[in-house]
Amino acid sequence: MNGPQDLGGQMGFGPVAPEMDEPLFHAAWERRALGVTLAAGAMGAWTIDESRHARESLHPADYYASSYYEIWTKALERLLVRHGFVDEDELAQRKALRPGAAPKRVLTVADVAPVLARGGPCDRPVAAPPRFAPGDRVRTRNIHPVGHTRLPRYVRGHVGTVEAVRGGFVFPDTNAHGRGENPQWVYTVVFAGRDLWGDDADPTLSVSVDAWESYLEPA
Amino acid sequence: MAGHHEPHHHHHDGDDHDHDNHLDPMAARVRALETILTQKGLIDPAAIDAIVETYETKVGPRNGARVVAKAWSDPSFADWLRRDATAAIASLGYTGRQGEHMEAVFNTPDTHNLVVCTLCSCYPWSVLGLPPVWYKAPAYRSRAVMDPRGVLAEFGVTLPADRQVRVWDSTAELRYLVVPERPAGTEGLDEERLADLVTRDSMIGTGLARSPEAA
Repeated sequence: MNGPQDLGGQMGFGPVAPEMDEPLFHAAWERRALGVTLAAGAMGAWTIDESRHARESLHPADYYASSYYEIWTKALERLLVRHGFVDEDELAQRKALRPGAAPKRVLTVADVAPVLARGGPCDRPVAAPPRFAPGDRVRTRNIHPVGHTRLPRYVRGHVGTVEAVRGGFVFPDTNAHGRGENPQWVYTVVFAGRDLWGDDADPTLSVSVDAWESYLEPA
Repeated sequence: MAGHHEPHHHHHDGDDHDHDNHLDPMAARVRALETILTQKGLIDPAAIDAIVETYETKVGPRNGARVVAKAWSDPSFADWLRRDATAAIASLGYTGRQGEHMEAVFNTPDTHNLVVCTLCSCYPWSVLGLPPVWYKAPAYRSRAVMDPRGVLAEFGVTLPADRQVRVWDSTAELRYLVVPERPAGTEGLDEERLADLVTRDSMIGTGLARSPEAA
């Protein structure tokens, strides 16, 4: 979706603000927000793609005014409501009022180390051979899906070169919406900076994205 | 309490009260969420303690620095890292969430690599820990793909004008680790000493490895 998350090439956000000796968390609640988000995700009710879509579906004004863990927390509340674990009145009253949906599993202390060490690999076999090979010229499709997608706006409709075939991966555009993993080949596609940004762009610049096969057509 | 006058970036005192009034509602909101989920038996607060402890004390940029130092020291490991970064990095014990599919990209005298996620905050947690605030913020995500030299200048990094700049936008589940160039004058150093020269930013591409004199 053309949401607030799709930031490549937007202007007006000011300089980057590196911090000296930055703390890992800037407030105590951020620790809990991280932990609650990961623990709730471990219930297995939604995928990383669905959680990304929940974050990018915040109203743009809310997204840009929120710190990253605020975005996570607001999205987590939506996911919990969507999947029947928590109701809006419970969030408003800040207490549990009824049992709600049963989780597939609950993350225990003993699970934490192995679950984090295992992660969530999302490479999958793809039956068909890759449509493209390194060196192929490809054009990214001009698409504006209302649902989740991982093709950023700034590369849509541009011609680039396939640099690598990365393997088969779960397709986020369907997986985010409960429509299956539908794995596709993923390619690293490189674009000249001037093709993306015009003649004033840095002539030494090239930019790559990792693109699912259905994002691409032969150029 | 005295903390009301402290600047907001000093808060890592472990209590759940945030001294910045603007953020107080978030502390309450997250606490409420944790309470509801705990009451329903959906999460275990002790598991959350363990998650936080993992990322505060066990997983961080030192993992990535050891990967880079080994690649600098051992050409066969560097070659493995180039061909199959996931397996090479896993051989050092660094696996897991947001590091399931790794790619290593090597800086050279011709090319400087920079990593960004314009769409969210994709970042190789298993080798670099949790991302810094600036990596997740709009200023970096918007401009890294369009004006990387301007971004680098804000980190105090100036590259030669003829150095190619290659930006990697982490739009899929591949997580990139930049292998910075090995600094001059480090021939006699062992891997542990070399790892001291590898900064977190140098493995994102917003910095360079430190020289031994600067370390």
